[in-house]
Amino acid sequence: MTQAKQPIIQIRNVSKRFGKVTAVDNISLDILAGEFFVLLGPSGCGKTTLLRMIAGFEMPTEGQIFIDGQDMSLVPPNKRPVNMVFQSYAVFPHMNVTDNVGYGLRIAGVSKGEIRDRVAEALELVKLGGFEDRMPDQMSGGQRQRVALARSLVMRPKVLLLDEPLSALDAKLRAQMQFELADLQDKVGITFVTVTHDQDEALSMASRVAVINKGEVAQLAPPADLYEYPANRFVADFVGSVNIFEGKLTLDEPDKAAVDCPGLGKIYLNHGVTGPHGADVWVALRPEKIYLHVPGEGKAVRAAAQDAPDGHNLARGTIKGMSYLGDITLYEIQLDGGQMIRVSRPNLSRHDQEDFTWDDKVSMHWRADSPVVLLS
Amino acid sequence: MFNRTPIAPLEYTRKLWMRSWVGLTMLFLYAPLIILMIFSFNDSKRNVVWKGFTLKYYEKALNNDSLVEALVNSLTIAALATIVSLVIGALAAVALWRFRFPFKGLVEGTMSLPIIVPEICLGVAFLIFFAKVDWPTDLAWPLNLSAITIAHITFCFPFVAMVVRARLASFNKEEEEAAKDLGATEWQAFRDVLLPHIRPALVAGALLAFTLSLDDFVITFFTSGPDTITFPVKVYSMVRFSVTPEVNAASTILILLTVILTFIALKLQGVKGIAETH
Repeated sequence: MTQAKQPIIQIRNVSKRFGKVTAVDNISLDILAGEFFVLLGPSGCGKTTLLRMIAGFEMPTEGQIFIDGQDMSLVPPNKRPVNMVFQSYAVFPHMNVTDNVGYGLRIAGVSKGEIRDRVAEALELVKLGGFEDRMPDQMSGGQRQRVALARSLVMRPKVLLLDEPLSALDAKLRAQMQFELADLQDKVGITFVTVTHDQDEALSMASRVAVINKGEVAQLAPPADLYEYPANRFVADFVGSVNIFEGKLTLDEPDKAAVDCPGLGKIYLNHGVTGPHGADVWVALRPEKIYLHVPGEGKAVRAAAQDAPDGHNLARGTIKGMSYLGDITLYEIQLDGGQMIRVSRPNLSRHDQEDFTWDDKVSMHWRADSPVVLLS
Repeated sequence: MFNRTPIAPLEYTRKLWMRSWVGLTMLFLYAPLIILMIFSFNDSKRNVVWKGFTLKYYEKALNNDSLVEALVNSLTIAALATIVSLVIGALAAVALWRFRFPFKGLVEGTMSLPIIVPEICLGVAFLIFFAKVDWPTDLAWPLNLSAITIAHITFCFPFVAMVVRARLASFNKEEEEAAKDLGATEWQAFRDVLLPHIRPALVAGALLAFTLSLDDFVITFFTSGPDTITFPVKVYSMVRFSVTPEVNAASTILILLTVILTFIALKLQGVKGIAETH
């Protein structure tokens, strides 16, 4: 997609209140043409309400939604240039696959020949060729979802909305559909807007992710930025696994910064954080970015790396828990200061998980570009 | 009978006590009907002792003009009441399911009132009501049946509404939204998605309404005019003189009629409809 990216959906100061409950709180964001946009958030954060407002099933209490430059305030769902794949798939149970997929075209009054061709094309796209005469109750959940997808895609919408598209599938199928959806989106070039509470889903499929918390956008960024440069504690914690420590900013210059964390020790960063000096901040450290060592060894490795002053980015502790997950092993370590920290370690060779065990004293270190300083 | 596999704990249908219980229930339910039918062929005026086979009472019943007229009246009323109840009942159920509005509970409660209120009270109420509004009784057929038909609709449509309401509870609202999302108007979404879903309930509701109307005696007795006799009322007046096999014959015809109608309705609903009910 090298074309100039125009916003296809513009959400302007949209709020939605149900009685006293504010589901969506003054959200403004642009969704660009051709992108795979994901609304990510915990259940009840307002992401589905936002999606339903784009589809037209809910009316914003305040604000406006523009699709392709047109104000949608007074446009009912059946007149909007968007189509939706519902969480339950909502495949019509009394129609076979062909009739399901062709439903929208029949309503639109498209000629029979064209319906036949477009339905066949859509079924081919979702790999359901040969299922034309099947009834929904003769199909698996994954197949029904493909019917729902085809039924929407056949309409050639400007935007395809997907409400928790993978939540009802088993883990293997979900992983496969993640790739297929991304592939499909690339093929048809339609803008996809997906709602999910699953961070893996968001990270693997999206071109951009809006993390929603309590009806507000907590951060809007590409997946890698979201993970590596979370804007606040909520995003750091919600996207992936993270250790968060409170501290005070003691040094902040364009090319370096330091934070004093009572629970973890002295933290050194090889970039500035532009926070007020002496401010209370939080340091986020991902479990996979921490190296585990036999005590004493850490200091030597640290010294060899020479990317932080002596005595920084080091910690010691005792292993209190571990879970072997096959590809990695996860350790729960009690720091000498008393706080717990999670460290993950890849099992690069077959016996790596045997290196450490319960109650082992360990030392840890991390690189100067690994910690993230959060101001909120 | 050789090599019989032992009865497994959950194979209730093979247990003797279960089979005899089912048998007894069936006997209790159907024995009176079967006896009624058998004695419609009895060649005796007294109708107590079997005297021999005859079809003369069927002939007599079908030649009894007032009995046939009553039967036609009953069928007409039942058909009209069923159609109107179906429309009102289904719409009421959809409205109650779809919308939230003030006094919804009250509306729901009053709607099911005709089911709860004793028939005799309803009958008296209708009698007084039609007298008070001075409802014309001397109209030509079938308008002379209007009072009875209205009364029947009143107690039939809540049953339709109840059945449809129950069916609606299992409807996935996302299906209707999906139809609208694909371009359907409110009406098209109703026709293409909601209506197919409630079809089994409509068939069941229609059967209920039809049979309720057909065999209603109490309310009809209070609302019928001198010239508008329905089948149950007519049978009642015949029985007051003597229970002749003619009454049996007429009743057998009515039973056959309802069985056939039920059969057709279930056929119309189709295997697909029954499968959807799960």
